[in-house]
Amino acid sequence: MQELLEILEKNSRISVKDLAVMLDEDEAGIASQMTQLEKDKIIFGYHTMIDWDKAKIDRVTALIEVRVTPQRGEGFDNIAQRIYQFEEVTAVYLMSGAFDLTVIVEGKTMKEVALFVARRLAPIDQVLSTSTHFILKRYKDHGVVLEENKNDERMLVSP
Amino acid sequence: MRDFINRTVRELPPSGIRRFFNLAAEMEDVISLGVGEPDFLTPWNIREEAIHTLEKGRTVYTANAGLMELRREIGRYLKRRYGLEYDPVTQILVTVGGSEAIDLALRAIIEPGDEVLIPEPSFVAYKPCAVMAGGRAVPVPLRGETGFKLTVSDLEPLVNERSKVLIFPYPGNPTGATMYEEDMRELCEWIRKKDLFVLSDEIYSELTYDGTHTSIASMPGMSERTLVINGFSKAFSMTGWRLGYGAGPKDLLEQMTKIHQYAIMCAPTTSQYAAVEALRGCDRAVEEMRREYNRRRRLVVESLREMGLSCNDPGGAFYVFPSIRSTGMTSEAFCQDLLKHKKIAVVPGDAFGASGEGYVRISYAYSVEQLRTALGRIREYMETRR
Repeated sequence: MQELLEILEKNSRISVKDLAVMLDEDEAGIASQMTQLEKDKIIFGYHTMIDWDKAKIDRVTALIEVRVTPQRGEGFDNIAQRIYQFEEVTAVYLMSGAFDLTVIVEGKTMKEVALFVARRLAPIDQVLSTSTHFILKRYKDHGVVLEENKNDERMLVSP
Repeated sequence: MRDFINRTVRELPPSGIRRFFNLAAEMEDVISLGVGEPDFLTPWNIREEAIHTLEKGRTVYTANAGLMELRREIGRYLKRRYGLEYDPVTQILVTVGGSEAIDLALRAIIEPGDEVLIPEPSFVAYKPCAVMAGGRAVPVPLRGETGFKLTVSDLEPLVNERSKVLIFPYPGNPTGATMYEEDMRELCEWIRKKDLFVLSDEIYSELTYDGTHTSIASMPGMSERTLVINGFSKAFSMTGWRLGYGAGPKDLLEQMTKIHQYAIMCAPTTSQYAAVEALRGCDRAVEEMRREYNRRRRLVVESLREMGLSCNDPGGAFYVFPSIRSTGMTSEAFCQDLLKHKKIAVVPGDAFGASGEGYVRISYAYSVEQLRTALGRIREYMETRR
């Protein structure tokens, strides 16, 4: 199962037939494994990696460090939930270290994101402070280097 | 003016691979499945270590036999992976690729007229190295029907009192054939009886998929008559670094080191430092590469069989060696025709010895996407041949 997940993590568009051959299993088995993994939410979605800059479509991403006051009996879960419900928020992680939550927010412009923080995020009662960091350039994402020169420099034929 | 060129050298035929390379290089947009080197880049921690030593100014010669630190790591690696025990001081020599170790060993062992038994199809350098050392190369033709494994019955008719060395190249280029422990038992007994020395070229040892690699040197009574040749090119994707090694009996290593000392001095220093890092910090990277090769291997084998090309299960290396006899063509004609019509370069089997006729070598040191495109074109080609 681990190897199946590792392959799918890198390429979710690979066919069941190819997966079966590569893993030396039968197609029906792979298909039912995948259905089960989806049902169990071990696979909780399929995404496409897009270079928005290259598509010349405006999109900014910010990593926001948030310090919050945990609530009695709820820990951080309740406050996390209040934050992740916002459509602008694409990810929320509970962190170790100097702050509590990393909140990833996407918007069309920096102003839009800044306004979201000022109007929606910062005013939440339990939020003690926020610190917003905008992503200026993505070098590598999901294990893929974005501007890699992929020329094969090997000789065409060699012993 | 006299002809200054040595006759033996002049008479050496150029490699069949070179000829095919020239043909492919003349065409545009060729997709090649013809390379004999990994497509992965050298893992970054290895490259980073090399850069670091250059910054530190570690640019001088090392000891002739190689950095002591590296020889110790090689010793530990051979023990850890294959259960082999060698003294790093007297039994391990770091060479410029595994190829240099092959050349040194043959030069250190062969007297004029001694015979070197070379299982074929195999790597193109054994025969010329044997000849240039003054020996006689005796091809041992292997058959696809037996999975290109070497057996006593293949050797028996070819052995005589001049037979001195047996080349033992497993996992094999171009066939991907492997020899497991059970395949070697009878053979080793016979080798001891015939008192032959074994050059065991194990450069693809890390790329073994169906079982575990067993070094012939670890078989009973074999270590004293075996030189293990291995290196960093294939396991760690370090072809351009040119670094390999030989490990074996002290007496032979001493003589090989002598030739190495006069001809080479020492293997490249930067590469040696990089190799230390490779042996210390790359187990996971090697495992990851092996798993990726294995997935591609299954994909290529399955796809070739689907299009009606029979092939053995290649247990190691990164080659598949299908038979193209069903097309009625020679290897050379098939490869030229495939190149001309579909712009796919694969290597004719006879480039690896006469017994490779009727086969072609397909390398899977390419991404799954590239392999799929190339295999699609081979399939189209096969359909036109129906």
